[in-house]
Amino acid sequence: MIISLLAVIALGILAWMGSMMGFQYVLAVCLPYTAVIVFLVGFAWRIIDWAKRPVPFSIPTTGGQQKSLPWIKPATLDNPSNSKGVWGRMILEVLMFRSLFRNTNVSIEGDRVVYWSSKFLWLFALIFHYSFLIIFVRHFRFFAEPVPFFVNAIEMFDGILQIGAPRLYMTGPLILVALAYLIGRRLFNQKVRYISLLSDYFPLFLIFGLCATGVAMRYFLKVDIATVKVFVMSLLHFAPDTAALAKIGSIFYVHMFFLTVLLMYFPFSKLMHAGGVFLSPTRNMANDTRMKLHVNPWNPEKVYRTYEEYENEFRVPMFEAGLPVVKKPEDKE
Amino acid sequence: MYNSKYVISGLVIFLAVFSYPFWGNLASKDYNGPKLSLPADQKQCIEPVEFMRAEHMTLLNQWRDSALRDGKRVYVASNGATWEASLQKTCMSCHTNKAEFCDTCHLENAVEPYCWTCHVPPKGNE
Repeated sequence: MIISLLAVIALGILAWMGSMMGFQYVLAVCLPYTAVIVFLVGFAWRIIDWAKRPVPFSIPTTGGQQKSLPWIKPATLDNPSNSKGVWGRMILEVLMFRSLFRNTNVSIEGDRVVYWSSKFLWLFALIFHYSFLIIFVRHFRFFAEPVPFFVNAIEMFDGILQIGAPRLYMTGPLILVALAYLIGRRLFNQKVRYISLLSDYFPLFLIFGLCATGVAMRYFLKVDIATVKVFVMSLLHFAPDTAALAKIGSIFYVHMFFLTVLLMYFPFSKLMHAGGVFLSPTRNMANDTRMKLHVNPWNPEKVYRTYEEYENEFRVPMFEAGLPVVKKPEDKE
Repeated sequence: MYNSKYVISGLVIFLAVFSYPFWGNLASKDYNGPKLSLPADQKQCIEPVEFMRAEHMTLLNQWRDSALRDGKRVYVASNGATWEASLQKTCMSCHTNKAEFCDTCHLENAVEPYCWTCHVPPKGNE
């Protein structure tokens, strides 16, 4: 935990010092291009790698009544028997995190073991992911001129409380609170802490740093976003505008550096659950083993010997021994 | 590869969305930032330009609160000059055109201040 926290702080200081010491071009031009390539190629490579793996057994997780006799009601979403159910389950899993909704917490009350429903992980995970999505979409105001219409619409809803100026976007504090919960859960829940590794803490701290610098840049340290847009658009036109770059404050470099690290880290980390969820055999298979035979793709080709082939080989001796044959030998017809 | 129909189509959608900033801008012209028209007869705003660029929204927010909630309509600038805390009487007396001043930056950066739900936007000399 400490190592990953220190690592993220070190990355922040590195970017801040780099921007002071004349490495602006490396931080804001070379690294972002590299990061985008690493992210897109790495993501595609991981997905294709997973798609090449055979699934030996039909292993959907089941959380309800299997399709059975017609008068027993099946759980079509928790125990899908066809691809329609699988689609429904997958869509709800990706959009609503149904499996986290099932999270329970066990405790010993007196001399009894009690299982509680525990919805906080689900709630804060949902807040985090949707805030991240909205923040990501909001950033498209820097990526296109004129600004796409959906950016204005989403900003309107995000800032609908009309608190302060620059207007407070709800997703800013929400994502920081949600991240604080997700970090705190790993620190203060002993069972989760026991199984938490550096690769669990690092992305949380990294994204916290990314969001915190973004919030700082918007509300406190104030970067000239008109210039930022000029620079970002020049990056997208593959003609980096170094004159605009020189006018942008250090906090921008820290924010950008956290983003580049995140993009480059993404394909090699647990964050690949973004693509991996679609390729999970426990989620994307139907529980139809009683209707369809699932053949393990790596089984060797089966060598069959049909009765026809057998009789062709032994027809004459079989006939001579008086055994019944389907087809009599040619000379006896 | 298994289920390549779904995997490839999903992957293509993912790559298309995430590379949109690049291919979406292939046809667009170079972007040089907003062109705003500054007042011709004034050289200096009420505060230095760097401060105004970064903090004008905070300043206007404070003006609104102090004028409407506390009744204080006098703003003392950092150089000692006093101004009436009023968007229309002070700011808009020099920046006479919302479309040519405010909107140039705000539209290009998708900022939508809610000043104009109460105030009447000045249209300059039209």
